[in-house]
Amino acid sequence: MSAYVRPDFDVVTAWVPQGASVLDLGCGDGELLARLQRERGIKGYGVEIDDAGVLKCLGRGLNVLQANIEGGLNLFDDGAFDVVILSQTLQATRHTEALVREVLRVGKSAIVTLPNFGHWSVRWQLGVGGRMPVSKRLPYQWYDTPNVHFSTIKDFDVFCVEKGIAVERRAALAGGHEVTFLPNVRGETAVFQIRGSATSKSAD
Amino acid sequence: MFPAFDSVGFVSPQKIAFEQPMAFASGATLPRYDLTVETYGELNAARTNAVLVCHALSGHHHVAGFYKDAPDPAKSEGWWDNLIGPGRPLDTRKFFVIGVNNLGGCHGSTGPSTVNPVTNQRYGSDFPMVTVTDWVRAQARLADHFGIESFAAILGGSLGGMQAMQWSIDFPERVRNVLAIAAAPKLSAENIGFNEVARQAIRTDPDFHDGHFYQYDVVPKRGLRLSRMLGHLTYLSDDLMGEKFGRSLKGEDYQFGFEAEFEVEKYLRYQGDKFAGYFDANTYLLMTRALDYFDPAQAFNGDLAAAFARSTAKYFIAAFTSDWRFSPARSKEIVSALLANKHDVSFAEIESVEGHDSFLMPIPQYHALLRATFDGIKV
Repeated sequence: MSAYVRPDFDVVTAWVPQGASVLDLGCGDGELLARLQRERGIKGYGVEIDDAGVLKCLGRGLNVLQANIEGGLNLFDDGAFDVVILSQTLQATRHTEALVREVLRVGKSAIVTLPNFGHWSVRWQLGVGGRMPVSKRLPYQWYDTPNVHFSTIKDFDVFCVEKGIAVERRAALAGGHEVTFLPNVRGETAVFQIRGSATSKSAD
Repeated sequence: MFPAFDSVGFVSPQKIAFEQPMAFASGATLPRYDLTVETYGELNAARTNAVLVCHALSGHHHVAGFYKDAPDPAKSEGWWDNLIGPGRPLDTRKFFVIGVNNLGGCHGSTGPSTVNPVTNQRYGSDFPMVTVTDWVRAQARLADHFGIESFAAILGGSLGGMQAMQWSIDFPERVRNVLAIAAAPKLSAENIGFNEVARQAIRTDPDFHDGHFYQYDVVPKRGLRLSRMLGHLTYLSDDLMGEKFGRSLKGEDYQFGFEAEFEVEKYLRYQGDKFAGYFDANTYLLMTRALDYFDPAQAFNGDLAAAFARSTAKYFIAAFTSDWRFSPARSKEIVSALLANKHDVSFAEIESVEGHDSFLMPIPQYHALLRATFDGIKV
Protein backbone atom coordinates (compact mmCIF):
# COMPACT_ATOMS: atom_id res chain seq x y z
CA MET A 1 0.00 0.00 0.00
CA SER A 2 1.10 3.57 -0.55
CA ALA A 3 3.00 5.27 2.22
CA TYR A 4 1.04 8.50 2.30
CA VAL A 5 -1.47 9.11 5.04
CA ARG A 6 -5.04 8.56 4.00
CA PRO A 7 -7.00 11.63 5.11
CA ASP A 8 -10.29 9.87 4.42
CA PHE A 9 -9.41 7.39 7.19
CA ASP A 10 -9.72 10.20 9.77
CA VAL A 11 -13.21 11.05 8.61
CA VAL A 12 -14.31 7.42 8.39
CA THR A 13 -12.93 6.76 11.88
CA ALA A 14 -14.81 9.76 13.23
CA TRP A 15 -18.06 8.67 11.60
CA VAL A 16 -18.04 5.02 12.69
CA PRO A 17 -19.89 4.66 16.00
CA GLN A 18 -18.14 3.12 18.97
CA GLY A 19 -18.54 -0.65 19.08
CA ALA A 20 -20.21 -0.84 15.65
CA SER A 21 -20.14 -3.94 13.50
CA VAL A 22 -18.22 -3.01 10.38
CA LEU A 23 -17.57 -4.55 6.97
CA ASP A 24 -14.69 -3.00 5.04
CA LEU A 25 -14.95 -3.87 1.35
CA GLY A 26 -11.64 -3.73 -0.44
CA CYS A 27 -9.83 -3.47 2.88
CA GLY A 28 -6.33 -3.69 1.37
CA ASP A 29 -3.71 -4.33 4.04
CA GLY A 30 -6.25 -3.74 6.82
CA GLU A 31 -4.88 -0.41 8.03
CA LEU A 32 -8.31 1.20 8.41
CA LEU A 33 -9.87 -1.87 9.99
CA ALA A 34 -7.03 -2.14 12.51
CA ARG A 35 -7.43 1.54 13.36
CA LEU A 36 -11.19 1.19 13.79
CA GLN A 37 -10.65 -1.73 16.15
CA ARG A 38 -8.10 0.25 18.14
CA GLU A 39 -9.89 3.58 18.27
CA ARG A 40 -13.56 2.68 17.97
CA GLY A 41 -13.68 -0.83 19.44
CA ILE A 42 -15.50 -2.16 16.42
CA LYS A 43 -16.18 -5.79 15.52
CA GLY A 44 -15.07 -5.97 11.93
CA TYR A 45 -14.44 -8.01 8.83
CA GLY A 46 -12.51 -7.03 5.76
CA VAL A 47 -13.00 -8.30 2.24
CA GLU A 48 -9.99 -8.29 -0.04
CA ILE A 49 -9.15 -10.09 -3.27
CA ASP A 50 -5.41 -9.50 -3.35
CA ASP A 51 -3.18 -12.23 -1.85
CA ALA A 52 -0.71 -9.79 -0.30
CA GLY A 53 -3.51 -7.77 1.31
CA VAL A 54 -5.14 -10.88 2.77
CA LEU A 55 -1.83 -11.99 4.24
CA LYS A 56 -1.16 -8.55 5.79
CA CYS A 57 -4.63 -8.50 7.34
CA LEU A 58 -4.14 -11.96 8.80
CA GLY A 59 -0.78 -10.83 10.16
CA ARG A 60 -2.58 -8.01 11.96
CA GLY A 61 -4.97 -10.52 13.49
CA LEU A 62 -7.94 -9.15 11.54
CA ASN A 63 -10.87 -11.11 10.19
CA VAL A 64 -10.36 -11.07 6.45
CA LEU A 65 -12.31 -12.82 3.73
CA GLN A 66 -10.73 -13.33 0.35
CA ALA A 67 -13.39 -12.63 -2.22
CA ASN A 68 -14.27 -10.46 -5.14
CA ILE A 69 -16.68 -7.89 -3.74
CA GLU A 70 -18.56 -7.84 -7.02
CA GLY A 71 -20.57 -10.97 -6.38
CA GLY A 72 -18.98 -11.69 -3.02
CA LEU A 73 -21.61 -10.17 -0.72
CA ASN A 74 -23.83 -13.24 -0.75
CA LEU A 75 -21.78 -14.39 2.24
CA PHE A 76 -23.57 -11.79 4.33
CA ASP A 77 -27.13 -11.60 5.64
CA ASP A 78 -29.39 -8.58 5.20
CA GLY A 79 -28.57 -5.81 7.67
CA ALA A 80 -25.64 -7.81 9.09
CA PHE A 81 -23.50 -4.71 9.68
CA ASP A 82 -23.99 -1.29 11.23
CA VAL A 83 -21.59 0.23 8.72
CA VAL A 84 -20.18 -0.99 5.42
CA ILE A 85 -17.12 0.88 4.22
CA LEU A 86 -16.14 1.32 0.60
CA SER A 87 -12.92 3.23 0.95
CA GLN A 88 -11.48 4.21 -2.43
CA THR A 89 -12.99 1.06 -3.85
CA LEU A 90 -16.16 1.99 -5.69
CA GLN A 91 -14.39 3.71 -8.57
CA ALA A 92 -12.57 0.44 -9.32
CA THR A 93 -15.73 -1.65 -9.57
CA ARG A 94 -17.52 -2.45 -12.78
CA HIS A 95 -21.12 -2.83 -11.69
CA THR A 96 -21.21 0.15 -9.41
CA GLU A 97 -24.94 0.51 -8.94
CA ALA A 98 -25.46 -3.19 -8.23
CA LEU A 99 -22.68 -3.09 -5.68
CA VAL A 100 -24.12 -0.06 -3.90
CA ARG A 101 -27.46 -1.90 -3.68
CA GLU A 102 -25.71 -4.94 -2.18
CA VAL A 103 -23.82 -2.73 0.25
CA LEU A 104 -27.04 -1.14 1.44
CA ARG A 105 -28.61 -4.57 1.76
CA VAL A 106 -25.96 -5.95 4.13
CA GLY A 107 -25.27 -2.65 5.90
CA LYS A 108 -27.64 -0.44 7.84
CA SER A 109 -25.52 2.40 6.47
CA ALA A 110 -22.45 2.78 4.29
CA ILE A 111 -19.50 5.11 4.17
CA VAL A 112 -18.14 5.62 0.68
CA THR A 113 -14.93 7.48 -0.09
CA LEU A 114 -14.11 8.47 -3.65
CA PRO A 115 -11.47 10.42 -5.49
CA ASN A 116 -13.18 13.61 -6.69
CA PHE A 117 -12.82 13.89 -10.44
CA GLY A 118 -14.21 17.42 -10.17
CA HIS A 119 -11.08 18.72 -8.42
CA TRP A 120 -9.66 21.82 -10.08
CA SER A 121 -6.35 20.14 -10.96
CA VAL A 122 -8.20 17.35 -12.73
CA ARG A 123 -10.27 19.92 -14.61
CA TRP A 124 -7.09 21.80 -15.46
CA GLN A 125 -5.12 18.78 -16.69
CA LEU A 126 -7.99 17.52 -18.79
CA GLY A 127 -9.51 20.87 -19.85
CA VAL A 128 -6.37 22.84 -20.59
CA GLY A 129 -3.60 20.22 -20.81
CA GLY A 130 -5.82 17.83 -22.75
CA ARG A 131 -4.45 14.82 -20.86
CA MET A 132 -6.06 12.42 -18.43
CA PRO A 133 -5.15 13.64 -14.98
CA VAL A 134 -2.44 12.07 -12.84
CA SER A 135 -2.02 13.24 -9.27
CA LYS A 136 -1.18 12.05 -5.78
CA ARG A 137 -4.78 10.91 -5.27
CA LEU A 138 -5.16 9.60 -8.81
CA PRO A 139 -1.68 8.24 -9.35
CA TYR A 140 -2.42 6.00 -12.37
CA GLN A 141 -1.92 6.51 -16.06
CA TRP A 142 -5.04 5.97 -18.18
CA TYR A 143 -3.72 2.66 -19.51
CA ASP A 144 -2.90 1.01 -16.19
CA THR A 145 -5.52 2.37 -13.83
CA PRO A 146 -7.67 0.01 -11.79
CA ASN A 147 -10.28 2.77 -11.74
CA VAL A 148 -13.05 2.27 -14.24
CA HIS A 149 -15.73 4.64 -12.98
CA PHE A 150 -14.75 8.21 -12.27
CA SER A 151 -17.17 10.59 -10.66
CA THR A 152 -17.28 14.01 -9.12
CA ILE A 153 -18.86 14.83 -5.77
CA LYS A 154 -21.81 16.27 -7.66
CA ASP A 155 -22.12 13.10 -9.78
CA PHE A 156 -22.36 10.92 -6.70
CA ASP A 157 -24.94 13.24 -5.17
CA VAL A 158 -27.06 13.03 -8.30
CA PHE A 159 -26.59 9.24 -8.40
CA CYS A 160 -27.92 8.98 -4.84
CA VAL A 161 -30.94 11.18 -5.58
CA GLU A 162 -31.80 9.22 -8.72
CA LYS A 163 -31.43 5.86 -6.98
CA GLY A 164 -33.37 6.88 -3.90
CA ILE A 165 -30.35 6.65 -1.62
CA ALA A 166 -30.29 9.00 1.36
CA VAL A 167 -27.04 10.94 1.82
CA GLU A 168 -26.70 11.48 5.54
CA ARG A 169 -23.34 13.19 5.63
CA ARG A 170 -20.76 14.28 3.15
CA ALA A 171 -17.29 15.75 3.44
CA ALA A 172 -14.80 16.95 0.86
CA LEU A 173 -11.15 16.73 1.81
CA ALA A 174 -8.09 18.50 0.49
CA GLY A 175 -4.61 18.33 1.93
CA GLY A 176 -5.93 16.40 4.91
CA HIS A 177 -8.55 19.00 5.80
CA GLU A 178 -12.22 19.31 5.16
CA VAL A 179 -13.21 21.95 2.61
CA THR A 180 -16.68 23.46 2.74
CA PHE A 181 -16.34 26.22 0.13
CA LEU A 182 -16.64 24.93 -3.46
CA PRO A 183 -16.13 21.30 -2.36
CA ASN A 184 -16.62 19.90 -5.86
CA VAL A 185 -13.77 22.05 -7.14
CA ARG A 186 -11.45 22.06 -4.16
CA GLY A 187 -12.03 18.56 -2.73
CA GLU A 188 -9.55 15.86 -3.67
CA THR A 189 -11.40 13.11 -1.84
CA ALA A 190 -15.06 12.84 -1.02
CA VAL A 191 -16.58 10.93 1.88
CA PHE A 192 -20.29 10.07 1.89
CA GLN A 193 -22.39 8.36 4.50
CA ILE A 194 -25.42 6.86 2.81
CA ARG A 195 -28.45 4.82 3.75
CA GLY A 196 -31.02 3.03 1.62
CA SER A 197 -34.32 4.90 1.92
CA ALA A 198 -37.81 3.41 2.00
CA THR A 199 -38.50 4.52 -1.58
CA SER A 200 -35.40 2.85 -2.91
CA LYS A 201 -36.36 -0.42 -1.24
CA SER A 202 -39.82 -0.47 -2.79
CA ALA A 203 -38.33 0.39 -6.18
CA ASP A 204 -36.13 -2.74 -6.19
CA MET B 1 21.87 -32.39 6.23
CA PHE B 2 19.28 -35.03 7.08
CA PRO B 3 16.97 -34.45 8.79
CA ALA B 4 16.84 -30.76 7.85
CA PHE B 5 17.56 -28.14 10.53
CA ASP B 6 13.89 -27.13 10.64
CA SER B 7 12.56 -30.69 10.77
CA VAL B 8 11.25 -32.23 13.98
CA GLY B 9 13.85 -34.90 13.25
CA PHE B 10 13.51 -38.56 14.20
CA VAL B 11 10.29 -39.37 15.98
CA SER B 12 8.57 -42.40 17.43
CA PRO B 13 4.91 -43.14 18.02
CA GLN B 14 3.37 -44.07 21.36
CA LYS B 15 0.31 -46.14 22.09
CA ILE B 16 -2.07 -44.82 24.73
CA ALA B 17 -4.50 -47.24 26.34
CA PHE B 18 -8.01 -46.17 27.30
CA GLU B 19 -9.49 -48.70 29.67
CA GLN B 20 -12.97 -47.20 29.81
CA PRO B 21 -15.69 -48.13 27.33
CA MET B 22 -16.40 -46.01 24.30
CA ALA B 23 -19.99 -45.54 23.13
CA PHE B 24 -20.42 -44.75 19.46
CA ALA B 25 -23.07 -42.66 17.74
CA SER B 26 -24.34 -45.86 16.11
CA GLY B 27 -25.17 -47.30 19.54
CA ALA B 28 -22.28 -49.78 19.46
CA THR B 29 -19.65 -49.81 22.20
CA LEU B 30 -16.05 -50.87 22.64
CA PRO B 31 -14.98 -52.05 26.11
CA ARG B 32 -11.52 -50.49 25.71
CA TYR B 33 -9.30 -49.08 22.99
CA ASP B 34 -5.85 -47.75 22.14
CA LEU B 35 -4.93 -44.59 20.30
CA THR B 36 -1.56 -44.30 18.62
CA VAL B 37 -0.11 -40.81 18.69
CA GLU B 38 3.00 -38.81 17.94
CA THR B 39 3.89 -35.53 19.56
CA TYR B 40 6.32 -32.80 18.57
CA GLY B 41 7.57 -29.94 20.72
CA GLU B 42 7.00 -29.51 24.45
CA LEU B 43 3.75 -29.05 26.31
CA ASN B 44 4.17 -25.87 28.36
CA ALA B 45 3.57 -25.79 32.11
CA ALA B 46 0.16 -24.12 31.74
CA ARG B 47 -0.73 -26.68 29.01
CA THR B 48 -1.99 -23.93 26.75
CA ASN B 49 0.17 -24.50 23.68
CA ALA B 50 -1.27 -27.75 22.34
CA VAL B 51 -2.26 -28.13 18.69
CA LEU B 52 -4.14 -31.20 17.47
CA VAL B 53 -3.66 -32.23 13.85
CA CYS B 54 -6.56 -34.33 12.55
CA HIS B 55 -5.99 -36.62 9.63
CA ALA B 56 -8.04 -37.19 6.50
CA LEU B 57 -9.17 -40.37 4.78
CA SER B 58 -5.93 -42.31 4.63
CA GLY B 59 -3.83 -40.40 7.17
CA HIS B 60 -2.54 -41.30 10.58
CA HIS B 61 -0.54 -40.11 13.58
CA HIS B 62 2.78 -39.81 11.74
CA VAL B 63 2.35 -36.19 10.74
CA ALA B 64 5.93 -34.95 10.85
CA GLY B 65 9.50 -36.14 11.15
CA PHE B 66 11.18 -39.41 10.19
CA TYR B 67 11.60 -42.91 11.53
CA LYS B 68 15.19 -43.91 12.26
CA ASP B 69 14.40 -47.61 11.90
CA ALA B 70 12.57 -47.32 8.59
CA PRO B 71 14.10 -49.26 5.66
CA ASP B 72 14.84 -45.90 4.10
CA PRO B 73 14.62 -43.23 6.83
CA ALA B 74 14.72 -40.40 4.28
CA LYS B 75 11.49 -41.74 2.78
CA SER B 76 9.68 -42.12 6.12
CA GLU B 77 8.62 -38.49 6.36
CA GLY B 78 5.30 -37.62 8.03
CA TRP B 79 2.40 -36.70 5.77
CA TRP B 80 2.35 -33.01 6.71
CA ASP B 81 6.04 -32.65 7.48
CA ASN B 82 6.43 -29.49 5.38
CA LEU B 83 4.19 -27.63 7.84
CA ILE B 84 5.59 -28.66 11.19
CA GLY B 85 8.97 -28.10 12.79
CA PRO B 86 11.19 -25.54 14.48
CA GLY B 87 10.82 -22.46 12.24
CA ARG B 88 8.10 -23.95 10.04
CA PRO B 89 4.59 -22.40 9.90
CA LEU B 90 3.40 -24.60 12.77
CA ASP B 91 6.46 -23.93 14.90
CA THR B 92 7.34 -26.64 17.40
CA ARG B 93 9.40 -24.15 19.44
CA LYS B 94 6.08 -22.52 20.35
CA PHE B 95 3.53 -25.30 20.07
CA PHE B 96 3.11 -28.85 21.32
CA VAL B 97 1.72 -30.71 18.33
CA ILE B 98 -0.25 -33.96 18.56
CA GLY B 99 -0.92 -36.30 15.67
CA VAL B 100 -3.38 -39.11 16.31
CA ASN B 101 -4.51 -42.15 14.38
CA ASN B 102 -8.28 -42.17 14.69
CA LEU B 103 -10.38 -45.01 16.02
CA GLY B 104 -11.09 -47.43 13.22
CA GLY B 105 -7.71 -46.69 11.67
CA CYS B 106 -5.10 -49.17 10.61
CA HIS B 107 -1.92 -47.59 11.93
CA GLY B 108 -1.88 -48.74 15.53
CA SER B 109 -5.09 -47.36 16.99
CA THR B 110 -7.88 -49.83 17.68
CA GLY B 111 -9.61 -50.63 14.41
CA PRO B 112 -11.04 -53.43 12.30
CA SER B 113 -7.67 -55.15 12.02
CA THR B 114 -7.24 -55.23 15.83
CA VAL B 115 -7.94 -58.50 17.60
CA ASN B 116 -11.26 -58.38 19.43
CA PRO B 117 -10.45 -59.57 23.00
CA VAL B 118 -13.86 -61.20 23.25
CA THR B 119 -13.59 -63.42 20.16
CA ASN B 120 -9.80 -63.55 19.77
CA GLN B 121 -10.44 -62.81 16.10
CA ARG B 122 -9.83 -59.53 14.32
CA TYR B 123 -12.86 -57.23 14.49
CA GLY B 124 -13.23 -56.99 10.73
CA SER B 125 -16.67 -55.77 9.80
CA ASP B 126 -17.80 -56.19 13.44
CA PHE B 127 -15.91 -53.02 14.31
CA PRO B 128 -18.37 -50.21 15.16
CA MET B 129 -19.20 -47.69 12.48
CA VAL B 130 -17.32 -44.50 13.39
CA THR B 131 -18.45 -40.92 12.89
CA VAL B 132 -16.65 -37.61 13.12
CA THR B 133 -18.37 -36.94 16.45
CA ASP B 134 -17.06 -40.29 17.76
CA TRP B 135 -13.54 -39.35 16.76
CA VAL B 136 -13.85 -35.98 18.41
CA ARG B 137 -15.00 -37.62 21.66
CA ALA B 138 -12.07 -40.02 21.55
CA GLN B 139 -9.71 -37.13 20.86
CA ALA B 140 -11.16 -35.24 23.84
CA ARG B 141 -10.21 -38.20 26.05
CA LEU B 142 -6.77 -38.01 24.55
CA ALA B 143 -6.64 -34.34 25.55
CA ASP B 144 -7.64 -35.38 29.08
CA HIS B 145 -4.81 -37.88 29.08
CA PHE B 146 -2.33 -35.06 28.38
CA GLY B 147 -4.05 -32.75 30.87
CA ILE B 148 -4.98 -30.35 28.06
CA GLU B 149 -8.07 -28.38 28.97
CA SER B 150 -8.24 -26.43 25.76
CA PHE B 151 -6.33 -26.65 22.51
CA ALA B 152 -4.59 -23.54 21.21
CA ALA B 153 -5.63 -24.81 17.79
CA ILE B 154 -7.11 -27.79 16.02
CA LEU B 155 -6.11 -28.17 12.42
CA GLY B 156 -7.05 -30.45 9.60
CA GLY B 157 -7.53 -30.74 5.85
CA SER B 158 -10.49 -32.40 4.15
CA LEU B 159 -11.97 -34.95 6.60
CA GLY B 160 -9.45 -33.58 9.13
CA GLY B 161 -10.94 -30.11 8.75
CA MET B 162 -14.35 -31.59 9.47
CA GLN B 163 -13.06 -32.92 12.80
CA ALA B 164 -11.59 -29.52 13.64
CA MET B 165 -14.98 -27.89 12.99
CA GLN B 166 -16.83 -30.57 14.93
CA TRP B 167 -14.62 -29.87 17.95
CA SER B 168 -15.83 -26.28 18.08
CA ILE B 169 -19.42 -27.54 17.96
CA ASP B 170 -19.14 -30.38 20.48
CA PHE B 171 -16.52 -28.91 22.84
CA PRO B 172 -16.67 -25.15 22.25
CA GLU B 173 -14.78 -24.39 25.46
CA ARG B 174 -11.93 -26.71 24.54
CA VAL B 175 -10.65 -25.17 21.29
CA ARG B 176 -9.50 -21.59 20.71
CA ASN B 177 -8.62 -21.72 17.02
CA VAL B 178 -9.99 -23.91 14.28
CA LEU B 179 -8.15 -24.26 10.98
CA ALA B 180 -10.28 -26.15 8.47
CA ILE B 181 -8.62 -26.50 5.08
CA ALA B 182 -10.19 -27.85 1.89
CA ALA B 183 -13.20 -29.02 3.88
CA ALA B 184 -16.97 -28.92 3.40
CA PRO B 185 -19.93 -28.66 5.77
CA LYS B 186 -21.24 -31.97 4.40
CA LEU B 187 -20.78 -34.18 1.38
CA SER B 188 -22.71 -33.62 -1.83
CA ALA B 189 -24.51 -36.44 -3.63
CA GLU B 190 -21.59 -36.61 -6.05
CA ASN B 191 -19.10 -36.93 -3.15
CA ILE B 192 -21.16 -39.75 -1.61
CA GLY B 193 -21.41 -41.36 -5.04
CA PHE B 194 -17.64 -41.50 -5.41
CA ASN B 195 -17.37 -43.04 -1.94
CA GLU B 196 -19.98 -45.62 -2.79
CA VAL B 197 -18.16 -46.70 -5.95
CA ALA B 198 -14.98 -47.07 -3.89
CA ARG B 199 -16.80 -49.15 -1.27
CA GLN B 200 -18.46 -51.33 -3.89
CA ALA B 201 -15.07 -52.03 -5.42
CA ILE B 202 -13.90 -53.35 -2.04
CA ARG B 203 -17.06 -55.12 -0.93
CA THR B 204 -17.54 -56.99 -4.21
CA ASP B 205 -13.95 -58.21 -4.26
CA PRO B 206 -14.17 -62.04 -3.78
CA ASP B 207 -11.33 -61.73 -1.27
CA PHE B 208 -13.36 -59.40 0.97
CA HIS B 209 -15.31 -62.20 2.70
CA ASP B 210 -17.81 -59.76 4.23
CA GLY B 211 -14.99 -57.97 5.99
CA HIS B 212 -13.51 -61.08 7.64
CA PHE B 213 -10.79 -61.67 5.04
CA TYR B 214 -8.12 -61.84 7.76
CA GLN B 215 -9.38 -65.31 8.70
CA TYR B 216 -8.77 -66.44 5.13
CA ASP B 217 -5.30 -64.95 4.98
CA VAL B 218 -6.19 -62.82 1.99
CA VAL B 219 -6.61 -59.09 1.31
CA PRO B 220 -9.19 -57.65 -1.10
CA LYS B 221 -6.39 -56.01 -3.04
CA ARG B 222 -8.26 -55.59 -6.30
CA GLY B 223 -11.01 -53.63 -4.57
CA LEU B 224 -8.63 -51.49 -2.56
CA ARG B 225 -6.63 -50.78 -5.67
CA LEU B 226 -9.69 -49.67 -7.62
CA SER B 227 -10.95 -47.48 -4.79
CA ARG B 228 -7.59 -45.76 -4.51
CA MET B 229 -7.35 -45.21 -8.26
CA LEU B 230 -10.78 -43.61 -8.21
CA GLY B 231 -9.88 -41.57 -5.13
CA HIS B 232 -6.73 -40.28 -6.77
CA LEU B 233 -8.67 -39.09 -9.78
CA THR B 234 -10.87 -36.99 -7.53
CA TYR B 235 -7.95 -35.53 -5.57
CA LEU B 236 -6.21 -34.19 -8.67
CA SER B 237 -7.36 -31.56 -11.11
CA ASP B 238 -7.88 -31.96 -14.84
CA ASP B 239 -5.31 -29.22 -15.42
CA LEU B 240 -2.68 -30.89 -13.29
CA MET B 241 -3.24 -34.27 -14.91
CA GLY B 242 -2.99 -32.63 -18.29
CA GLU B 243 0.27 -31.02 -17.24
CA LYS B 244 1.67 -34.10 -15.53
CA PHE B 245 0.61 -36.81 -17.96
CA GLY B 246 -1.27 -35.37 -20.88
CA ARG B 247 -1.69 -38.22 -23.37
CA SER B 248 1.91 -39.36 -22.99
CA LEU B 249 2.50 -42.98 -23.78
CA LYS B 250 4.93 -45.33 -22.07
CA GLY B 251 6.06 -46.68 -25.42
CA GLU B 252 6.42 -45.26 -28.88
CA ASP B 253 3.03 -46.07 -30.26
CA TYR B 254 -0.33 -47.66 -29.48
CA GLN B 255 -0.03 -51.33 -28.53
CA PHE B 256 -3.68 -52.10 -29.37
CA GLY B 257 -4.24 -53.79 -26.03
CA PHE B 258 -5.32 -53.04 -22.46
CA GLU B 259 -2.03 -52.90 -20.64
CA ALA B 260 -1.08 -49.55 -19.08
CA GLU B 261 0.01 -47.64 -22.16
CA PHE B 262 -0.77 -44.10 -21.10
CA GLU B 263 1.35 -42.55 -18.37
CA VAL B 264 -1.78 -41.72 -16.41
CA GLU B 265 -2.75 -45.41 -16.34
CA LYS B 266 0.69 -46.34 -15.09
CA TYR B 267 0.48 -43.70 -12.40
CA LEU B 268 -2.96 -44.77 -11.19
CA ARG B 269 -2.01 -48.44 -11.13
CA TYR B 270 1.12 -47.63 -9.18
CA GLN B 271 -0.82 -45.58 -6.61
CA GLY B 272 -3.47 -48.30 -6.37
CA ASP B 273 -0.94 -51.09 -5.86
CA LYS B 274 0.98 -49.12 -3.27
CA PHE B 275 -2.16 -48.37 -1.29
CA ALA B 276 -3.49 -51.93 -1.51
CA GLY B 277 -0.20 -53.11 -0.06
CA TYR B 278 -0.61 -51.39 3.30
CA PHE B 279 -4.09 -49.99 3.89
CA ASP B 280 -6.85 -51.95 5.61
CA ALA B 281 -9.96 -52.42 3.49
CA ASN B 282 -12.34 -52.19 6.46
CA THR B 283 -10.71 -48.95 7.60
CA TYR B 284 -11.22 -47.51 4.14
CA LEU B 285 -14.90 -48.42 4.30
CA LEU B 286 -15.27 -46.83 7.75
CA MET B 287 -13.45 -43.63 6.84
CA THR B 288 -15.49 -43.05 3.69
CA ARG B 289 -18.70 -43.69 5.64
CA ALA B 290 -17.64 -41.20 8.32
CA LEU B 291 -17.29 -38.67 5.50
CA ASP B 292 -20.77 -39.48 4.18
CA TYR B 293 -22.37 -39.15 7.61
CA PHE B 294 -20.67 -35.86 8.50
CA ASP B 295 -23.35 -33.18 8.62
CA PRO B 296 -23.20 -31.08 11.80
CA ALA B 297 -26.27 -29.10 10.70
CA GLN B 298 -28.42 -32.23 10.78
CA ALA B 299 -28.85 -32.06 14.56
CA PHE B 300 -29.99 -28.43 14.14
CA ASN B 301 -32.76 -28.89 11.58
CA GLY B 302 -30.32 -28.39 8.76
CA ASP B 303 -29.24 -24.99 10.07
CA LEU B 304 -25.44 -24.89 9.95
CA ALA B 305 -25.32 -21.47 11.60
CA ALA B 306 -27.24 -22.89 14.57
CA ALA B 307 -24.69 -25.71 14.82
CA PHE B 308 -21.90 -23.18 15.30
CA ALA B 309 -23.87 -20.96 17.70
CA ARG B 310 -22.08 -22.01 20.90
CA SER B 311 -18.61 -21.86 19.42
CA THR B 312 -16.12 -19.31 20.73
CA ALA B 313 -13.20 -20.24 18.50
CA LYS B 314 -11.51 -18.13 15.90
CA TYR B 315 -11.62 -19.78 12.48
CA PHE B 316 -9.27 -19.93 9.53
CA ILE B 317 -10.98 -21.46 6.52
CA ALA B 318 -9.06 -22.03 3.30
CA ALA B 319 -9.87 -23.61 -0.02
CA PHE B 320 -8.05 -24.12 -3.30
CA THR B 321 -9.09 -22.91 -6.73
CA SER B 322 -8.38 -26.27 -8.41
CA ASP B 323 -10.10 -28.41 -5.76
CA TRP B 324 -13.32 -29.70 -7.30
CA ARG B 325 -13.89 -32.37 -4.67
CA PHE B 326 -14.38 -29.78 -1.90
CA SER B 327 -14.47 -26.59 -3.90
CA PRO B 328 -14.07 -23.05 -2.49
CA ALA B 329 -17.86 -22.68 -2.72
CA ARG B 330 -18.21 -25.44 -0.10
CA SER B 331 -15.83 -23.62 2.24
CA LYS B 332 -17.82 -20.44 1.73
CA GLU B 333 -20.89 -22.24 3.08
CA ILE B 334 -18.93 -22.74 6.30
CA VAL B 335 -17.79 -19.12 6.30
CA SER B 336 -21.33 -17.89 5.79
CA ALA B 337 -22.59 -19.91 8.77
CA LEU B 338 -19.79 -18.53 10.94
CA LEU B 339 -20.51 -14.97 9.82
CA ALA B 340 -24.17 -15.41 10.71
CA ASN B 341 -22.94 -15.98 14.28
CA LYS B 342 -20.52 -13.04 14.09
CA HIS B 343 -17.68 -15.44 14.91
CA ASP B 344 -14.11 -14.44 14.18
CA VAL B 345 -13.30 -15.94 10.81
CA SER B 346 -10.86 -15.47 7.98
CA PHE B 347 -11.16 -17.13 4.61
CA ALA B 348 -8.57 -17.57 1.89
CA GLU B 349 -9.06 -18.87 -1.62
CA ILE B 350 -5.65 -20.06 -2.68
CA GLU B 351 -4.49 -20.38 -6.28
CA SER B 352 -3.28 -23.90 -6.95
CA VAL B 353 -3.20 -26.57 -9.63
CA GLU B 354 -2.95 -29.62 -7.38
CA GLY B 355 -6.67 -30.08 -6.75
CA HIS B 356 -7.85 -31.44 -3.41
CA ASP B 357 -4.30 -32.56 -2.59
CA SER B 358 -3.24 -28.90 -2.53
CA PHE B 359 -3.72 -28.76 1.22
CA LEU B 360 -0.62 -30.91 1.66
CA MET B 361 1.53 -28.80 -0.66
CA PRO B 362 3.92 -26.07 0.51
CA ILE B 363 2.26 -23.41 -1.66
CA PRO B 364 3.96 -20.15 -0.61
CA GLN B 365 0.81 -18.04 -0.09
CA TYR B 366 -0.89 -20.91 1.75
CA HIS B 367 2.00 -21.54 4.10
CA ALA B 368 2.46 -17.80 4.68
CA LEU B 369 -1.20 -17.58 5.73
CA LEU B 370 -0.86 -20.56 8.06
CA ARG B 371 2.30 -19.07 9.53
CA ALA B 372 0.57 -15.72 10.13
CA THR B 373 -2.37 -17.51 11.75
CA PHE B 374 -0.21 -19.60 14.08
CA ASP B 375 2.04 -16.63 14.87
CA GLY B 376 -1.04 -14.71 15.97
CA ILE B 377 -2.17 -17.39 18.44
CA LYS B 378 -1.41 -16.54 22.05
CA VAL B 379 -0.36 -19.46 24.23
